Amino acid sequence: MSRLTIEASTPLCLLQDAGRFGVRHLGVTQGGGLDWRSMSWANWLLDNHLDAAVIEITLGGFTVVAQDDCLLALAGADLGAQVDGEPLKPWRSFRLNKGQRLQFTQPLLGARAYLAAPGGFDAPKVLGSRATVVREELGGLDGMGRALSKGACLSYSGNSVMLLRELSPEQRPDLSLDAPLDLVLGAQIGEFSGQSLFDAFNSVWSLDSRADRMGIRLLGTSLQYQGKPMISEGIPLGAVQVPPDGQPIVLLNDRQTIGGYPRLGALTPLALARLAQCLPGAQVRLRPVVQEIAHREQVEYLRRFLSR
Amino acid sequence: MKLRVEVVALDCLMVRLFDEIAEANMPWMLAASENLRAAFGGHLIDLVPSYTTLMVHYDLTALSPAQARELIAEAFIDLSPNARTGATRHVLPVWYDLSVGPELRLLSQRSGLAVEEVIRRHSEREYQVFALGFAPGFAFMGLVDEVLAAPRLNTPRKKVAAGSVGIAERQTAAYPVVSPGGWNLIGRTPAKLFDRNRDGYSLMQPGDTVRFEAVDHAEFINLGGDDTPLEAQA
Repeated sequence: MSRLTIEASTPLCLLQDAGRFGVRHLGVTQGGGLDWRSMSWANWLLDNHLDAAVIEITLGGFTVVAQDDCLLALAGADLGAQVDGEPLKPWRSFRLNKGQRLQFTQPLLGARAYLAAPGGFDAPKVLGSRATVVREELGGLDGMGRALSKGACLSYSGNSVMLLRELSPEQRPDLSLDAPLDLVLGAQIGEFSGQSLFDAFNSVWSLDSRADRMGIRLLGTSLQYQGKPMISEGIPLGAVQVPPDGQPIVLLNDRQTIGGYPRLGALTPLALARLAQCLPGAQVRLRPVVQEIAHREQVEYLRRFLSR
Repeated sequence: MKLRVEVVALDCLMVRLFDEIAEANMPWMLAASENLRAAFGGHLIDLVPSYTTLMVHYDLTALSPAQARELIAEAFIDLSPNARTGATRHVLPVWYDLSVGPELRLLSQRSGLAVEEVIRRHSEREYQVFALGFAPGFAFMGLVDEVLAAPRLNTPRKKVAAGSVGIAERQTAAYPVVSPGGWNLIGRTPAKLFDRNRDGYSLMQPGDTVRFEAVDHAEFINLGGDDTPLEAQA
């Protein structure tokens, strides 16, 4: 077993995996890493299952010291990581030898970094997953849904002897990309006013600072829903719901399982991965896409993880 | 029933069966759930039932949207209402008291009924569990006697004690854990509604029926209830 001690952390540094499934009918939320793409690449670099438990570090403020010679991988945002003061760029595996300190200082590009370890970080599975959901008191290091805290010990049991790897420039997701976020059109799309449909896809939305793992509010033109009030129904990941104030909210991994606001549709997984790397105030646009095309694109992308 | 299948996300379809909330829908909803689980088998990631809908989240690496629609169609070929074979009938003990259910007074004033009569009417019915949501194990039940129906509080409480029993419109529910909440509180149950160490985790499942049984303070404590008044916990 290899161990690391947490020297500094924040409430936004959480143990995550791909999420909790098969329990949504009980009101249990999905949870899991917000940028599944970077999380998957971090695991890929170590030959892990793509859903192995990783550390999700949002914005920085996280420091660990190795208690043994460790092998780790870093993907996602560039949060100014340093190993004993030397800069460490993401999208690679690296060694952190006994006594060395890994520190995340501040966001330089993107918002969330993913730190992976061989075989995944050790933690008990709760309802089938290690994902931390603070609100539901589920997952995390002790299974009680707590954020990572100073003094806690991280460990992993996988093999630390492995060649170091780095993603090629073609493999690396471009976090500075300014492409629109693809949205699969939903059933209520025709119940919004014509002007609102135009505005939804032709105006610029800015990300509100009122954002958490449940959802991110988009600020901009107010959208008008003209349909009947809805009865609560299941909410998919990435659903873009429009409450009566007309400001859309993108619902994320820790969303409630059912809800009754009308929806434009749902962002695609690739759009969600991009959104998870945007800071408050960032400007985004939405682009309608049909389900079949979005599905093909996602299946194509997932093939990239098959090559080793 | 008016069956519709709608797109909700890249790998999710909404199966819409009804347009109104009604207890008579439940045997159909349960049968449809069962058939959908069987049709999708290992390709089903999650099935999220609500009052009138079933959201199917399937494995996008195994099924295209068109294949998922075919499986949904298959699930409805021989659908007949399920007489709740797997459903459980629960009796939840409740200590109805103003210290833990301050809106007993409000409901009494709104309805013109004595507090005792409000309690009697809430506890005499057998309710359906329509859906779980809001929090793990939080069961939306109904329908409550029309005279007890009351809108949610204008300002939700920041902290509602675990076990609190409340009413919102014609629905009733009990809070599994401490959480914010805007329902009209009328009492508290000592029952453990969500337990990660229990098979199935949640005491109540969609399709189950529930009756509330008034117990006195001594029995509430005996059953493990926490009688800390609401204000003291705020």
